[in-house]
Amino acid sequence: MMTSILFYALSALAIWSGWRVFRVDSMIRATFALMVSFIAVGAIALLLSADYIGVATVFMMAVEMMVMGLFMIMFMMNPAGLNPMQMVHQYRFSIGAGVASFVGLSVAVLTTALPVSPLPPGGETLRDLGTELLGNSMLIFETAGVTLLATMVGAVVLSSASGRFGSGSQGAQPPGLTEGGAPAGRKVDAGSGHSHHGGGH
Amino acid sequence: MTLTAILIVSAALFGIGLFGALSQKSFVMLMMGLELMLNGTLLATVGFWAFTLAGLPKGQLLAILIMAVMAVELAIGFALVVAVYRKRQADVTESLTTMKN
Repeated sequence: MMTSILFYALSALAIWSGWRVFRVDSMIRATFALMVSFIAVGAIALLLSADYIGVATVFMMAVEMMVMGLFMIMFMMNPAGLNPMQMVHQYRFSIGAGVASFVGLSVAVLTTALPVSPLPPGGETLRDLGTELLGNSMLIFETAGVTLLATMVGAVVLSSASGRFGSGSQGAQPPGLTEGGAPAGRKVDAGSGHSHHGGGH
Repeated sequence: MTLTAILIVSAALFGIGLFGALSQKSFVMLMMGLELMLNGTLLATVGFWAFTLAGLPKGQLLAILIMAVMAVELAIGFALVVAVYRKRQADVTESLTTMKN
């Protein structure tokens, strides 16, 4: 009974704060609203006796939202929410898509006879998970780790101003057709690229 | 607390996230929509694990993988935002009309 009340309260909090993410004027407030939504979902996971998932969600999302807040301040128009913010496009279509996906998924859930095979009470879910992670499913777990490492490398490569050996196009210039002539082949369009000149600004 | 209720809550989170991801102009707000969609997915996974898998630990493993996807999405997403901003000084989707350069 207590669990049910707690579950419905946390669900309401998760949905309400998720909704607030796109309604508040300040992007920092939106970040914290998203964090509240994640923490509520983590608490629901704790109620479902997925201890590790719940606690990990709370910790991970707290850190992730701090990083997000930093980016909000770096990139944002209106981080403090001093004037109303409405930065949307294709608004009606988006509302329609969101409502349609919610209604569609809900209808699918309500019309499906879901299998029922609940957790045995008093099961040691945490120990089972640890044994699984470092036992049968170790390869999957390690693959996730390597994926995260590749992500780190990719993020650095994508976001750094230039590579270790100069700008990206350096070394890709073909030699001239005559001695000391202009580079052969297609001219690389300078476009609106700024990063080649300043180097890390 | 039933599986149906959990799945409907996760459907609501997914719907709100989809609305945000489609409607927001700013890259960072768009990514918050994606995160919210993954939040709903995580809740659905944990719900399925708790109610239909009889405590099979592989269900929790799937939830851990979803959390890894969240981290990857956020890291690569922010790296792309930084890269686009360096090239184009753009921070809204309307400023990108081509993927080249």
